[in-house]
Amino acid sequence: MAIRSAEFEYIRTLVLERSAVVLEPGKEYLVESRLARLVAQEGFASLPQLVERLRANRFGPLHRKVVEAMATNETMFFRDARPFEVLRVSILPELLRQRATDRALDVWCSGCSTGQEPYSLAMLLREHFPIVLGWNLRIVASDISRDSLDRARRGCYSQLEVNRGLPAPLLLKYFSKREEGWQLSHEVRRMVEFVEINLVEPWPLLPAMDIVFMRNVLIYFGVETKKSILGKVRRLLKPDGLLLLGGSESTLYLDDAFVPSPAERPGLFRLRR
Amino acid sequence: MRALVIDDSAVTRKIIKQILHPLGFEVFEAGDGQEGLNQVRDLDQLDLVLVDWNMPVMDGIQFLRAVRAQGALSSLPIMMVSTNNDAENVATSLEAGATEYIMKPFTPDMMRAKLELLGFGQP
Repeated sequence: MAIRSAEFEYIRTLVLERSAVVLEPGKEYLVESRLARLVAQEGFASLPQLVERLRANRFGPLHRKVVEAMATNETMFFRDARPFEVLRVSILPELLRQRATDRALDVWCSGCSTGQEPYSLAMLLREHFPIVLGWNLRIVASDISRDSLDRARRGCYSQLEVNRGLPAPLLLKYFSKREEGWQLSHEVRRMVEFVEINLVEPWPLLPAMDIVFMRNVLIYFGVETKKSILGKVRRLLKPDGLLLLGGSESTLYLDDAFVPSPAERPGLFRLRR
Repeated sequence: MRALVIDDSAVTRKIIKQILHPLGFEVFEAGDGQEGLNQVRDLDQLDLVLVDWNMPVMDGIQFLRAVRAQGALSSLPIMMVSTNNDAENVATSLEAGATEYIMKPFTPDMMRAKLELLGFGQP
C-alpha cells in the first residue's frame, strides 16, 4: 500500500529530528520498503497502522526502530575496491613508518552498518601489515542502529553478503560456513570495537584518529549538518590523519580545512597544513 | 579487452555477457570445458575467463587444471562461477588455479565487485 503524504511527512519529520537524515519528496518508495519489514516484525497490518501507533505515543522503542531503519546504510566488503588498494599500496606503508616509534594506530569507521568495512580493514591489516597486530591497534566502528551493531558483532554473513566484494582467498582464510551463514573468525572480530554513535548527537570521547572512514554516510544529511560533522571530524583527526569519504563525495564547499588527495586517490582527504 | 565465458547454460552466458560489455569487453563463449580450451588456444589475446563448474564433457575444475598446466597462461585471470557454495568447493577451485570465485545466484553488482577485485573496474 502506497504511503500517504501525511504519513510520509510524519516519518520525514521524526527521522529528521532524531537523526538529521533528510528524506526528500520522492523518497516515499524508500520509506515503504525500509519500513515494510518493521511493519511485519512488529505485527502491524499496514504502514498506516504503524504510523498511527507512533503518533499516539511519545518517543519510545518503536520510534527508535523507525529512525534506525531509515538511517541504516548498505555496505559491502572492500566497497569500491580502489580506496583499499590505495591504503594497501601507499597510505598504510607511509603511515606505519611514521607511527613506528609510537607503535599505535587509531581508526574510526563511522556508519559501519553491519560491519563489513571495519572488518575489511582488519583483514587487510592481517594480510599485508601483520606487524600492527603487535601494536596498540584500535579500530572503532560505529552506527546509529543497534540492530546493525549486533549483527556486526556477531560477524555472521549471508551468502549474498560474502559473495559481494570479498576476495575468495579471504573468504577461505577468515570465514567458516555454518548453518546460520558464513562466520567470520574470532581473530578478526576481536580487532574491532563496535559502539553506538548518532553523528548528530554528542559523540562519546574518542582518541585522536589516524584514519576516519565516513563513506557514504554524509550523503543522507543536509548541508549544515554535514558542515557540523566535518568540523568535529577535523578536530578529531591527527594533523597528518586521513579522512575517507565515498567515491562521489567531497569536502568542497563544506569545510576548507580539508584538502582533497590527488585525482588517483578519490575520496581521500587530509587536513590543510 | 577480451573475455571468454564458459557455461553450459546459454542464459547464464548471456547474463554475464551483458555485464561484461559495458566494461569494455569483447565476449567469446563456450558451452563446456573442452570448447573453452579450444577457444583459449585459438584466441590470440585473452584477458579474462569466467568458467562454470558443472558442465558436460569437461567440467570447470578440469578446465582450470588443463589451462594452468600450460605455463604461459599462469597469469590469466580466471573466475569460477558456480552454484557450489561450500568452503571446500571454493578451496578446490583456488587450488586448481582459479583466481577468484563467485557463487550463483549473483547480481550484476556482485559480478562487477568481483571483476573490480580482478582489476576490471568501470572505465
